[in-house]
Amino acid sequence: MYVAVKGGERAIENSHKLLAEVRRGDPAVPELTLAQIGEQLTLAVDRVMTEGSLYDRELAALAIKQARGDLVEAIFLLRAYRTTLPRFAVSLPIETAAMAVRRRISATFKDVPGGQILGATFDYTHRLLDFSLAEAGEPAAAEPAAQPIPDRLPHVSTLLEREGLLEVAPPADDGTPVGDLTRDPLRFPADRDVRLQNLARGDEGFLLALGYSTQRGYGNNHPFAGEIRFGEVAVEMVPEELGFAVEIADITVTECELVNQFKGSAKEPPQFTRGYGLCFGHGERKAMSMALVDRALRAGELGEERKSPAQNEEFVLYHTDNVEASGFVQHLKLPHYVDFQSELVLVRAMRAQAEASRKVMAEAAE
Amino acid sequence: MNAAAIDAKVEAGYNFAYLDEQTKRMIRRTILKAVAVPGYQVPFGSREMPLPFGWGTGGIQVTAGIIGPDDTLKVIDQGADDTTNAVSIRAFFAKTAGVATTDHTGAASIIQTRHRVPETPLREGQVIVFQVPIPEPLRMLEPSEVETRKIHALEEYGVLQVSLYEDIARHGRIAWAYNYPVVVNERYVMSPSPIPKFDNPKLNRNPALQLYGAGREKRIYAVPPYTPVRSVDFEDHPFKIESWDQPCAICGSTASFLDEVITDDRGSRMYVCSDTDYCADRVAEPRSAADD
Repeated sequence: MYVAVKGGERAIENSHKLLAEVRRGDPAVPELTLAQIGEQLTLAVDRVMTEGSLYDRELAALAIKQARGDLVEAIFLLRAYRTTLPRFAVSLPIETAAMAVRRRISATFKDVPGGQILGATFDYTHRLLDFSLAEAGEPAAAEPAAQPIPDRLPHVSTLLEREGLLEVAPPADDGTPVGDLTRDPLRFPADRDVRLQNLARGDEGFLLALGYSTQRGYGNNHPFAGEIRFGEVAVEMVPEELGFAVEIADITVTECELVNQFKGSAKEPPQFTRGYGLCFGHGERKAMSMALVDRALRAGELGEERKSPAQNEEFVLYHTDNVEASGFVQHLKLPHYVDFQSELVLVRAMRAQAEASRKVMAEAAE
Repeated sequence: MNAAAIDAKVEAGYNFAYLDEQTKRMIRRTILKAVAVPGYQVPFGSREMPLPFGWGTGGIQVTAGIIGPDDTLKVIDQGADDTTNAVSIRAFFAKTAGVATTDHTGAASIIQTRHRVPETPLREGQVIVFQVPIPEPLRMLEPSEVETRKIHALEEYGVLQVSLYEDIARHGRIAWAYNYPVVVNERYVMSPSPIPKFDNPKLNRNPALQLYGAGREKRIYAVPPYTPVRSVDFEDHPFKIESWDQPCAICGSTASFLDEVITDDRGSRMYVCSDTDYCADRVAEPRSAADD
């Protein structure tokens, strides 16, 4: 005799215990520390902070440890924590021209004022597994540069802007309050501030694929990597009781400014246009993908025909969020047997009907 | 219950029912608007909850917005109180709000549900909170939110009628088994959430307040008590609910939604009530059940 399954509560509790055990792995192997994750899995921490929308290396490291290295799960953990935090104020826009640069490259000019600064990059490494890393050991120290990097490196885009070849960037802060997707739902048409917030929080893999699709002809926007820079910037805010700006933190960011071809429209002369990407920490793939998609989404504003997925604002902005996407895809694991029963009843009835009409047809033919 | 007694029962470090008071106020304002415009999907600033999107975050936020220390909560999934996600959501509120919980439909002041409406009729003063995955009833016919909002605003539901007509032309019937669209108060077409169409008639003029929460899609909508709710159909193809040719194998009910349970690998199966509380009640007191 079938009896409704009881004891879900105990099963869940046991599952959680088992999960903790599996997370820890072999107890003979020393446990990971947050410092190890923060220092040696830096790019994982950066991604979790970016898509988790919370700049806190230690909490991001904790999330990665708790999530057993599943970064999307870690992003979810950080988001769920972030949502409980009060919002005190809105900072001033960060000034990336004043960035303490650790890396800065431009693909549009051979040399730029301040120079090309490679910094630490995978770009020119040969992707050969380095078996020496299997053993502990200290790398040889890198030599310091002969000359220090200037305090202020003007953006490459300002050089083009001066000549009128590049569209002028809108003023950094025109006084209108910036949107916040974590407080207000997305509405269409979305303004660029909300779009950029959505893309910054968006899944790197999804944006990478969308950006890539524009390069393969689905909404091509002829991009050049005007500049990619990575380093530290100051975050400032104006406390109401003071009335002037104070620095509250230094954060590390990666910024990508794309320079894109534009043939001009009835309103605008031919000039280069922009796509913009920014993320926490060091994330060039993310910043570049974001910039490609940002530019693609500007199609309407620039009078271009929207015909490719990356140009479709609703398609892109509704599907970037991996916390939403992961939850909804995996909710298919929840029981659906009531819906399925309804479908079974329907499909059986439809099959019976099809069979009956087949018989009628067969008899008529005889 | 006084404040100290509430504090003692609620998990340390959390606000009552998890969400901060500002957020709960925002949710209640949204609910008021939803009740004022029955069937209209009101956008709201849905938060990231500590449970995944798609797993009831909309329902959880609605429940968190309305629950008080004196409420009694019932949570069901597929009609059953013991399904894992229902257990998890019930535990969430027991922990963060310290409220009493129950399996009994009649004893609950708030019922949060996924995919079912209880068989036991609801009464005035009760609130039923539906977890909604896709709040837009026309989404599978028109993917663009900009377009569907226009359709609702202009009350131009031709696309839905055409789709149902195509079903009839192709299959001889409307091939929509669950999440079957309804018209609320003769104005808005609404998704009843993925309940089987068997449950649609229960929404009509129900004495309880129906609240629908879609967390990931950031929408709340409502059907106030005693509001007319009609399943979309045609005069010559009237709306019909599922039926089974055998009763529940446990309680013998012929009036409840039955789940098919496969009992061996040779095709044997049995049918039992999906609403476990209703079924258990009938076994305990066969004569008192609703369909006798």
